[in-house]
Amino acid sequence: MVRRTKILFAVIGLLIAVLFVIDLAAGSAAIPLGKIFAALTGGECDLATRNIVLKIRLIKAVVAVLAGAALASSGLQMQTLFRNPLAGPYVLGVSSGASLGVALFLLGAPLLGISFSPAMQMIGTAGAAWIGAGAILILIMAFSRRIKDIMVILILGMMIGSAISAVVEILQYLASENALKSFVVWTMGSLGDITASQLQFVAPIILAGLSLSVALIKPLNLLLLGENYARTMGLDIARSRKMLFATTVLLAGTVTAFCGPIGFIGLAVPHLARIIFASADHRILVPASMLTGAAMMLLCDIVSKMLTLPVNTVTALAGIPVVIFVVIRNRNII
Amino acid sequence: MITLDNISLGYGPRILLDNVSASFGQGTLTALLGRNGTGKSTLLRAISTLGRPLSGTIRLCGDSAATLSPMQTARRISFVTTDKVRISNLTCEDVIALGRAPYTNWIGRMQETDRRIVNDALETVGMYDFARKTMDTMSDGECQRIMIARALAQQTPVILLDEPTAFLDLPTRYEVCRLLRRLAHDDGKTILFSTHDLDTAFSECDTIALIDPPHLIVLPVGEMRRSGHIERLFGIGGE
Repeated sequence: MVRRTKILFAVIGLLIAVLFVIDLAAGSAAIPLGKIFAALTGGECDLATRNIVLKIRLIKAVVAVLAGAALASSGLQMQTLFRNPLAGPYVLGVSSGASLGVALFLLGAPLLGISFSPAMQMIGTAGAAWIGAGAILILIMAFSRRIKDIMVILILGMMIGSAISAVVEILQYLASENALKSFVVWTMGSLGDITASQLQFVAPIILAGLSLSVALIKPLNLLLLGENYARTMGLDIARSRKMLFATTVLLAGTVTAFCGPIGFIGLAVPHLARIIFASADHRILVPASMLTGAAMMLLCDIVSKMLTLPVNTVTALAGIPVVIFVVIRNRNII
Repeated sequence: MITLDNISLGYGPRILLDNVSASFGQGTLTALLGRNGTGKSTLLRAISTLGRPLSGTIRLCGDSAATLSPMQTARRISFVTTDKVRISNLTCEDVIALGRAPYTNWIGRMQETDRRIVNDALETVGMYDFARKTMDTMSDGECQRIMIARALAQQTPVILLDEPTAFLDLPTRYEVCRLLRRLAHDDGKTILFSTHDLDTAFSECDTIALIDPPHLIVLPVGEMRRSGHIERLFGIGGE
């Protein structure tokens, strides 16, 4: 690894640490840094502050790091797999698919008079999101085999997303007030709704997904040259596609299930990583996207807390300029 | 090196090649000629195992291609396809290094020998000064050389190329063909490439493989020239 790359990794690592602490400090009740350290290290601190820091903000900040890394990493994989610089879990409708799964589960189950224990509710939400995300990804993969034009794939992804929104609206119309309220809150994308017990479930899954994407670095590098070249250089294409598929569903599906649809992180962060690290090598891009994604998500969370906006509004505002820049520059990134 | 045993190629009801047998020996440069849509690419894809023959057996260095794993195939055959590779941020060196994939570990770590092989490949195609350049800023001829260097880095006894001289001007076409000829004669590679360029094919190659649907005629250059097949199929010379 060149020296410049090492320095950049160190800088981003440091940035994450700083943003993490700021994220703990920021919120409706401003907490001074000294008290945060005290709460984290078990020092002198009143109980209310300790609870806010450890039980609410710490979980939220950890979720932000995991979600940012997961979305960025799945976006990078999708961009390379589809050889499409504008691919991402949100634009191609994978997040919408997960939303539909969750909507069917959250809104549909009460309609049928089924109720779940909290643990089953959690597993059911995740499972429904994976199935929804997987179904859309299969659809997009099938389209992209026949249609090579990246813009057509993109438009199809958006159409799928719109169609799903329509279906979800119908479900909302039919749903009871209580179910509707919890669903609407969910669609606003919130990092704060995750409880400590949910985090114990989500964190290992996302870490497993991130490990899988590290294991897929070599296939991703070979896929840069396209499937034909990758195959003739010894890549088992069918197996790699399945692994990439599973990883994307696991990462994008899980994040969507527990944080709601968060847009543009998956699309914009890999581009930021490419620009910052000036590399196309996934040995650099995979960890770089994860770290940049974590930093970006923390930053968006801080801003969303300061302006009391839903976090996915902030990610869109932050991500869209990057996307517009990529479209206008229109270089062959993939 | 490459042996075709009674292979048939085609899509569904459309037969492109019917029950064809041929072999291409070590150290020979062969041009694959044929009209558009007669199955040149399909044949190359079948030999590279990207495609599959309808029937018959393709043997690579003695083994049936159908029984080889992707990794085993990648150590026998490298393929320069018509796919364009123009990725910013990806240097020529990086592209060629990917050719080492069949030999590197799970993350593609380059050892000292791998680096040397990449440098040798750059040297062989005369592109040493381009190592740190990215292909989105290079000409078609330069890119083609880099893709050939990538195939060399794969260190396979067989190299296939699909229309490597398309989009190149006449001097560059000759340069690429001479490079291939040198690789066949000096390094003992078995090279088969498809082309529409009869002049360079006849002046630089050892053997011509001509698709005369649904047959494949493989003859040394001299015999092919005298056979009259070319004039018949391409309608040149007149009778």
